[in-house]
Amino acid sequence: MAKDSYQEQELLEIKSGKAVHIYNWHCGEYLSKFFIGLRDKKTIMGIKCTSCGRVYVPPREICGPCFKKMDEWVDLGTEGTIYAFTVVKLPYIDPNTGEPIKVPRTDIYVKFEGADTRLTHWLDETDENKINVGAKVRAVFKERRRGTIHDIEYFTQI
Amino acid sequence: MGIRTAIVGVGQTHHTSKRRDVNGQELINEAVRQALLDAELTIKDIDAFVIGNMDHFEAINYVDCWGVDGLGSYMKPVIKVTTGGSTGGTLGTCGYQHVSSGLFEVVMAIGWEKNSESDTQAAISTCANPIFERDFFGGAIGPNAAQYSMYMKEFGATQEDAALVAVRDHNNALNNPFAHVRKFMTVEDVMKSPMLCYPIKLLDSCPRSDGACAVIYASESKAEKIRKSPAWVHASAVSHDCTYFGDYDWEGQPTLNAAVERVYKRAGITNPLREIDVMELYLPFSTCGVVWMDHMHFCERGEAPKLIRKGIFNMDGEVPINPSGGVLSTNPIGATALIRIGEAALQIMGRADARQVSNVKTAMATAFGSCYWYEATILRSTKP
Amino acid sequence: MDKAAIIGVGQTKYDREKNKDFPELVYEAVRNALDDAGMELNDIDNVVTTSNDFFDGRTIACMGVADAAGSYGKDATNVEGDGTFSAVYGLMRTIGGTYNTTLITAHCKMSEVNPRKLFNQAFDPIYERMLGIDDVGSAGLQARAYMKRFGITDRQVAMIAVKNRNNGSNNPLVPATSYVSVEEVLNSPPLASPIKSLEASSFADGACAIILANQNKANKWAKKPIWVKGVGHCTDTYRLGERDLTYSNALAQAAKKAYQMAGINEPIRDLDVVEITENFSHQELMWYEALGFCRLGDGGKLIEAGSTEMSGELPVNPSGGALSANPVQVTGLARIAEAVLQLRGEAGRHQVSNVKTALAHGTHGICGQSQCVWILSNQEN
Repeated sequence: MAKDSYQEQELLEIKSGKAVHIYNWHCGEYLSKFFIGLRDKKTIMGIKCTSCGRVYVPPREICGPCFKKMDEWVDLGTEGTIYAFTVVKLPYIDPNTGEPIKVPRTDIYVKFEGADTRLTHWLDETDENKINVGAKVRAVFKERRRGTIHDIEYFTQI
Repeated sequence: MGIRTAIVGVGQTHHTSKRRDVNGQELINEAVRQALLDAELTIKDIDAFVIGNMDHFEAINYVDCWGVDGLGSYMKPVIKVTTGGSTGGTLGTCGYQHVSSGLFEVVMAIGWEKNSESDTQAAISTCANPIFERDFFGGAIGPNAAQYSMYMKEFGATQEDAALVAVRDHNNALNNPFAHVRKFMTVEDVMKSPMLCYPIKLLDSCPRSDGACAVIYASESKAEKIRKSPAWVHASAVSHDCTYFGDYDWEGQPTLNAAVERVYKRAGITNPLREIDVMELYLPFSTCGVVWMDHMHFCERGEAPKLIRKGIFNMDGEVPINPSGGVLSTNPIGATALIRIGEAALQIMGRADARQVSNVKTAMATAFGSCYWYEATILRSTKP
Repeated sequence: MDKAAIIGVGQTKYDREKNKDFPELVYEAVRNALDDAGMELNDIDNVVTTSNDFFDGRTIACMGVADAAGSYGKDATNVEGDGTFSAVYGLMRTIGGTYNTTLITAHCKMSEVNPRKLFNQAFDPIYERMLGIDDVGSAGLQARAYMKRFGITDRQVAMIAVKNRNNGSNNPLVPATSYVSVEEVLNSPPLASPIKSLEASSFADGACAIILANQNKANKWAKKPIWVKGVGHCTDTYRLGERDLTYSNALAQAAKKAYQMAGINEPIRDLDVVEITENFSHQELMWYEALGFCRLGDGGKLIEAGSTEMSGELPVNPSGGALSANPVQVTGLARIAEAVLQLRGEAGRHQVSNVKTALAHGTHGICGQSQCVWILSNQEN
């Protein structure tokens, strides 16, 4: 078709509307135990592989490298250090709500002393000049907790 | 050993931010027809198809079923593969395996994306575990930005080092008529651009594009009839070990190390900087073009900024990276990694026009996505 | 071209709703497959997972099962589609020269999603999706067209549901059900006419894993290898209005390729057992015709003659099929696993006697748009 006729042609778009998908994800035993720890005891738990000694947070059934089931739980406390951080400034759409996220928002990866992997969460400071990789942080828990990762409201530098 | 396999045709659309004039199927069809034209074949010559994209960008379930008209795959074998950003690499490997297995002789791999049809970061955010990581995950930008914050602290690298990578790739794109973003850029332009996720700024970041790419793989006996000097597939490898972003060892980058080590071994490469003539690397952010160089056996950890400042990876350097302009210039996500393979093949075949590097005998293409999933492919002008 | 064999299979029990999450299900299936083969993870050279972003509720869904699928330290890749297609890719990788053993996994938790919504998403967003059509409505269209053209009766369609659901009661891996009669099927609540609820598959949660080995590595494991004799896959047109809804051309084409490779000339005679994916009862009748078990339009006659019952000439779905348990996209891979059990004589109460050659089938897309056929045998030559 000649290019000219395309330029005259009206081009339409179809909108999906507020297309919502509802999912109910099962946590399984391991994640459930972790969240119950947050909810009931305000503790952060990791799980240890008795083969290689690695401690994972969040906990999961198997150690990837050893391909073995794990069942030794470790209390990691509530303090760690900032392994890495970023301050998000782009207000993209939150897939959970369909609305733009509130910015600026600081996402961090927390390294706990007793764990080999890191937990991701938020930091309550959004000025990058005031945030340091390696800084000590502590989890701040909500008063009312429901057994989700948001039982920790955010981490704060100490 | 399997059947020797070569790339005999490459087709891509002129990538752009929004193709209002075509729907997804028509976009795919453009690339398919370009590839057939390039190889001087007809759709009848294609024995099987493999297609890939990232579902949530267009919200079409079963894209391989939906895409039949655009692909030209009516009543033919079709498989869909998808691995996030690395989809194009997975596509290339799948096309190659179709032929090297002996089951098919001429196979087309197609990657495509109409990123304009949805909110990219929202869709990407859903790759993180929904129970644990999704809410703290700033789309694709977040973890890469966080990684560079660590690298800057540990080795004293700067935002300007990353800006040099952005300038290199963007200015290379000026030679590529298919690239999406074709703007002359300086380090100052990059440093002044708006911050997205500290320390990654707008011009450090890939765009999101609408586009498609098709690559045709053929067995030895067919390849020799189709094209005098095709690009022979010597090796491909992949590594992805983690499911949580918090699990990844960002200092050691084990999956990048593993993917390149495996591919170098399978292709018999011991000194990549000397033995590889050109590279099309999947660098979605300029910062990746700094940090990741340390893990590709080019230098020791922390040394990448020195190599970059010396210009080793520029068009006139020892090993040009991204003559096509790379991901920073063009990013229809499902196609992006396949475009790397297609561009590497064009370099081998001597058909990269204004972006051609001279004397290319060995080329490498990489793919990256999700939780540090890396794929790597080595192509050569000689048969394996 | 090298040959390949299946040397291990593993399945979880399929339930309406399971409390384990995806990786836990995949791990269970993979561990079962490795134990079945007498292998350790180190013996696996590469992995092909099957996942679907819509069903799992996350983009790049394959990422979530990486550890559990044993991908650590290995080349791994991912197919989106029914498990039989992943297994085809797995087969290519096993005979292509780079790898000798391949693990293929598939997982699904239909309990976590709204299936009809997800199948609606398979329809074209520009033309068809807004009409609300989904897997059931479209199957109703297909059933109506097929039954009208060939005079297939409601009873004949119901008989498939009876056969498969009752066969399922002999399979410890599917949800337990009580005996069901033709009358009960005919009287079950209508979904989208002419389809009634007992004629639609039973969505389930579960996972399955199989292990393929190249011929040079097939004989060193715990079980006798089951040889892959033929494979074929094919995709029909997308739009229902452009397809012949009364006959599956794609299945006929896929079967032709698989039969040719395997040297099958008369399916009813040359095959001993069949495991096919019947998302709706009427589809099993249609698949009989496309697979060449009977002439065009005679699917109804075949079921009435009892040829595909457990006691018949060619038993179809001794495991109970998708009507008993349908963890979508796992289902085809489970059919392969079941065929392997039959060929090994390990199918317990649902074992068919004297099995040398089996057909396993998977389907993908709306109304069986894409089809995949596998021919397996316990005889190497």
